[in-house]
Amino acid sequence: MELQAVLMAAGGGSRMTDLTYNTPKPMLPVGNKPLMWYPLNLLERVGFEEVIVITTKEVQKMMVADPKMKIDVKMKLDVVCIQEDGDMGTADALRHIQQKIKTDVLVVSCDLITDVALHEVVDLFRAHNATLAMLMSNAHEFTETVPGQKGKKKTAEQRDFVGVDQSGKRLLFMANEADLEDGLSIRKSIMRTHPRMHIKTGLVDAHLYCLKKAVVDFLADNKSISSIRGELVPYLVRKQFSKTTNSPKIKDDAENQNQKTNDGSTNHELLISSRDESLLQLAQERSCWNDHRGDMSEAYHGGKLRCYVHIIDQGLCCRVNTLAAYIEANRLAPKLFEEPAVHPSAGISERCQMGSDSIIGALCQVADKTSIKRSTLGNSTTVKEKVKVTNSIIMHGVTIEEGCNIQGSVICSNAVIGRGADLKYCLVGNGQRIEPEAERTNEVIVGTDQLMEI
Amino acid sequence: MADSGVTDEPITKDGVHRAKTEGKELTKEEKQRLRKEKKQQKKNKERKDEKASQESEKKKKNKEEKPVSAAAPASQPPTQPSTQKAPSAVPAPAPVPVPVSETPALADKPAKSKADLKAERRARQEAERASKQAATSKPKAPPNELQPVVKRLPEHVQVDNPGVLKKLAKKLERQQIPLRSDYGYKVSLFSHLHQYSRKAPLTQQLSIPSTVIHPAIVRLGLQYSQGIVAGSNARSVALLHAFKQVIRDYTTPPNEELSRDLVNKLKPYISFLNQCRPLSASMGNAIKYIKKEISNIPSQCKEEEAKSKLLSCIECYIDEKIILAAKAIAKSSIEKINNGDVILVYGCSSLVNHILCEAFEKNIKFRVIVVDSRPRLEGREALRRLVQRGISCTYVLISAVSYILPEVSKVFLGAHALLANGYVMSRVGTSQIALVAKAFNVPVLVCCETYKFCERVQTDSFVSNELDDPDDLIVTRKGKTQLEHWQDVPSLGLLNLVYDVTPPDFVDLVITDLGMIPCTSVPVVLRVKNVDQ
Repeated sequence: MELQAVLMAAGGGSRMTDLTYNTPKPMLPVGNKPLMWYPLNLLERVGFEEVIVITTKEVQKMMVADPKMKIDVKMKLDVVCIQEDGDMGTADALRHIQQKIKTDVLVVSCDLITDVALHEVVDLFRAHNATLAMLMSNAHEFTETVPGQKGKKKTAEQRDFVGVDQSGKRLLFMANEADLEDGLSIRKSIMRTHPRMHIKTGLVDAHLYCLKKAVVDFLADNKSISSIRGELVPYLVRKQFSKTTNSPKIKDDAENQNQKTNDGSTNHELLISSRDESLLQLAQERSCWNDHRGDMSEAYHGGKLRCYVHIIDQGLCCRVNTLAAYIEANRLAPKLFEEPAVHPSAGISERCQMGSDSIIGALCQVADKTSIKRSTLGNSTTVKEKVKVTNSIIMHGVTIEEGCNIQGSVICSNAVIGRGADLKYCLVGNGQRIEPEAERTNEVIVGTDQLMEI
Repeated sequence: MADSGVTDEPITKDGVHRAKTEGKELTKEEKQRLRKEKKQQKKNKERKDEKASQESEKKKKNKEEKPVSAAAPASQPPTQPSTQKAPSAVPAPAPVPVPVSETPALADKPAKSKADLKAERRARQEAERASKQAATSKPKAPPNELQPVVKRLPEHVQVDNPGVLKKLAKKLERQQIPLRSDYGYKVSLFSHLHQYSRKAPLTQQLSIPSTVIHPAIVRLGLQYSQGIVAGSNARSVALLHAFKQVIRDYTTPPNEELSRDLVNKLKPYISFLNQCRPLSASMGNAIKYIKKEISNIPSQCKEEEAKSKLLSCIECYIDEKIILAAKAIAKSSIEKINNGDVILVYGCSSLVNHILCEAFEKNIKFRVIVVDSRPRLEGREALRRLVQRGISCTYVLISAVSYILPEVSKVFLGAHALLANGYVMSRVGTSQIALVAKAFNVPVLVCCETYKFCERVQTDSFVSNELDDPDDLIVTRKGKTQLEHWQDVPSLGLLNLVYDVTPPDFVDLVITDLGMIPCTSVPVVLRVKNVDQ
């Protein structure tokens, strides 16, 4: 077997608590499919037959109950449950399933919606015998107004600095603004081997990683690394240029000792050699190929640890971890699959105006004289007469009484919107009731118990 | 006409008629018979002439018979003409035409009736044989022309023949390997070869955790198609490395024998690698060796034992044919490198680089001129390796080779394969270097291990070659990419050839691990190798 797929579906959705306090993030409906259906569909399309899903018990229960997951996903899902409240990072989760990992592993996050050709990432991993291969995309600005946002909030998101080489494939540098206290410093050893580096800041990490099995074994020994993205990836990128992995003969042993103690937490080195290493060396020596030119060193500068990244410019690659991303995903996700926009079991009356880019879920009831444009209606929603729904996301089990006007809003499951209500750019939480004739603009309406959580 | 002529004529006519209906195989024999008949008639005529003229006719006959006897062994198998011609008065196609021809001339009178009878018998035999052949309608002549051990040579690539393409597609479908589609307009002279694009790898059509093909083979195919593993030796070593992993992960299914099943498992892998990049001659020989070793595993051998035996065979092959051969060739070549030499090398040949580095270790004072060519620019890598060792080098492009040759004392070339007729198949541009070197009277030495010797015969670079990605020829200078939209121009084709063949006249010596041999001794080496195996 070449690769094992692991889906990380235990995340809490900490940046969109309004949506996730009742529905766990992996089961949030996007285009009327649960969010985790998208990465699973990607893996299935590419040819995986088995996926290890790391999730919480709650999600597992919901997964079993959801018809979409049962019918559409044909792969074998090996569900591993972990504690929900435990502070388990993604790397901790990998360590937890170390026994199941027998070969190289492909880690996917449950909130990734993309149509990238996965073979591009995996080809980098295979061809260069890389230790890490990841996927990134040039981010697009979100254009839709996000409900609940007061004014134009400039995202004070901490930027990621990603340094790649001339070809744009080899990862040289990765750091988050938060970790850089006094400026961006780049090691001399990197500059010596790669004098030309492109540093990019506008990239979105898709959280799709191909990791060698040796990395999983390394994680098992080093319990201090708890997050793949936050700690493991920067560590691996730094380790590419560290002296200990590159040169077997070290001039200054004392210096080496210092380095080791500075690294501190990492007791065991990453063993990347394989069987028949000598044959591979021989083949590389006899081959007339070099990945760079202009200096005297051999291919890959003799380094055994290599990290690669595939950056996509076009195509859909979206991580649903904020409200804005969620809305954007709902807009774009229908393009990914060819199912009919209107579910066959939905009851749409004839005098209803429905735009072609709207999605109606199963068992919906839409009455006369309604207008639904650029919106998503969840399963079992009821929409009464003379309702105008524009640019909105309505989840499952919602009841919208007559004469409502809903614009640019997100209505969570089982909410009830009273008659004649006028909602603009609002977020209505789970199970909320909006009184009739209410007029709300740019508000987040959630239950009082939610307000207590910080 | 003589009497024999009368009796012979109707049968002759029948024979000729039959020959015309049955095809070519009879025409040569038929022609010979006709020639013999004519000779007989001539003899009968000349018998009437004076003896003085007979002597001159003997000479004429000798001349006639010589071409006949020369033609006969070339076209006829030794058995058949002996049955026909032994009784005849005409000399057998044995290498002694002259004295035999004397005897019928001298014994003309008493042998006349004998000759007639013999001619009739011969004609009858001919007729019988012709009728037998008509019944069986098997072309006996062509297969018997070759030596008894006939080897099936690989079919030539024929991309412009839809029938062959369909067969290939069917074979790949059976093996569950995707078919790689050709890219771009092909120059018409080379339209029978495949032309692939590097941007459309074969892995696009494979499932990602590849189950049909072993992951080591997928990785190898990718490395081949992207050029990460390039060069005849490197490709063979990488192939054997991948095969080692395949053998390690192999388990014999129940009710199957390892010797047969493993060979069948390897066939789709080889097709896959062929689709990624056409196999080289060295790889072909390595595959043949492995298949032979696998088939020779006795059936009562246990699986673990068999696998370890195969793994050690592979290691042994690499050690002997590649590593030790390189050492032996270096040793022989160093004798040819003298102090003060200026050596010209072309491209990046791992063997030539090894030789030069070894020579430098032995403290021979020489300098190297590295000749390079687009689009591969492999010379840069050779330059890097030599300069890293401390050898003083000059770097030129192939367009400057005639300017630099007056300085050169020797040319060392590497080879991709050595063909059975003595031609050297190597990177495109090698034949040019050899040609110019010959014009300047500079000795050309080709270094090649024996495992690269190939039984194929080729005299031109068109029949069997490889087309690389045409987009490699596109270059951006000062921000302008002139050939960017070459596909839109209907009359423009980009040709990126990989190999060419150098005739043996331009090569002075071939240095192999068996010693230093002339180019034309390659078939001898092949024959010796086959006898060994």
